[in-house]
Amino acid sequence: MTETNHSTTEHHAPGMEAAKLGIWTFLATEVLLFGGLFTAYTVFRIRYPELFHAEHLKLNRVLGLVNTGILITSSLTMALGIAAIRQGKQKLLQRCLLLTILLAGCFLGVKYLEYSEKFHHGLRPGTNLFFALYFMMTGLHGLHVIGGMAVLAAMLIMARQGRFSEDYHTPVEISGLYWHFVDLVWIYLFPLLYLTG
Amino acid sequence: MASYRIYIIIWGALLVLTGVTWGVSYINLGMGNVAVALLIASVKASLVALFFMHLRYESKLVWAFALFPLFFLALIIGGTLSDTLFR
Repeated sequence: MTETNHSTTEHHAPGMEAAKLGIWTFLATEVLLFGGLFTAYTVFRIRYPELFHAEHLKLNRVLGLVNTGILITSSLTMALGIAAIRQGKQKLLQRCLLLTILLAGCFLGVKYLEYSEKFHHGLRPGTNLFFALYFMMTGLHGLHVIGGMAVLAAMLIMARQGRFSEDYHTPVEISGLYWHFVDLVWIYLFPLLYLTG
Repeated sequence: MASYRIYIIIWGALLVLTGVTWGVSYINLGMGNVAVALLIASVKASLVALFFMHLRYESKLVWAFALFPLFFLALIIGGTLSDTLFR
């Protein structure tokens, strides 16, 4: 066994390394799923710069900014939750998970406001290429947020049952990696869709 | 509580960078806007990956698993552009 002590801050639950490789492999497929859309965005943006510039001004930059802040904060509460359970603090983990889920709900709430405002002004996925990409990319991302909320809710239930401890919290770590990935995608979506046209 | 502190510092840095990229978007730099936006987004993404996702403390094997999709992403975007740009 050559795999010893490469990590200084963690406890080694059995299977932790394998679980991490598993989630990173899953995230690789996710990068490629979103990657196709980012490719489409790049190709069409280069081909129709005026259209992209004119249309992106119709998005609400302030709401986009607020939502970025919400999602980044939810990543913080997730990271704090993991730091808590690494020290065996179950109550703090539960509070952090609950906060993360609530922040994810806020993100979706703002997204709902934005979508309904766009629909109200007759901006739909079929309106033009920019809005087709906007709804497709933020919609797919939104589905990932919903999926993440379901996973985090499952973690919260397991945490309340006392299933996690200082020695065993692999599922929380893995869910956390997924949640941070959802944040990562948004970190690119926000400037590309809202800020640069 | 040093472990909590580092996350709060990173969170602050992410919020500041978000504010900067938002502010810069109101200044017209032409193509510079895209460059600045992508640069800041990549700095933010690196902070999230290194600290929140603990990549900083991971083995070389995990690093390899985390980075190989970026190679494929570059391949997809680069390959597609090499076709659509020079058709």
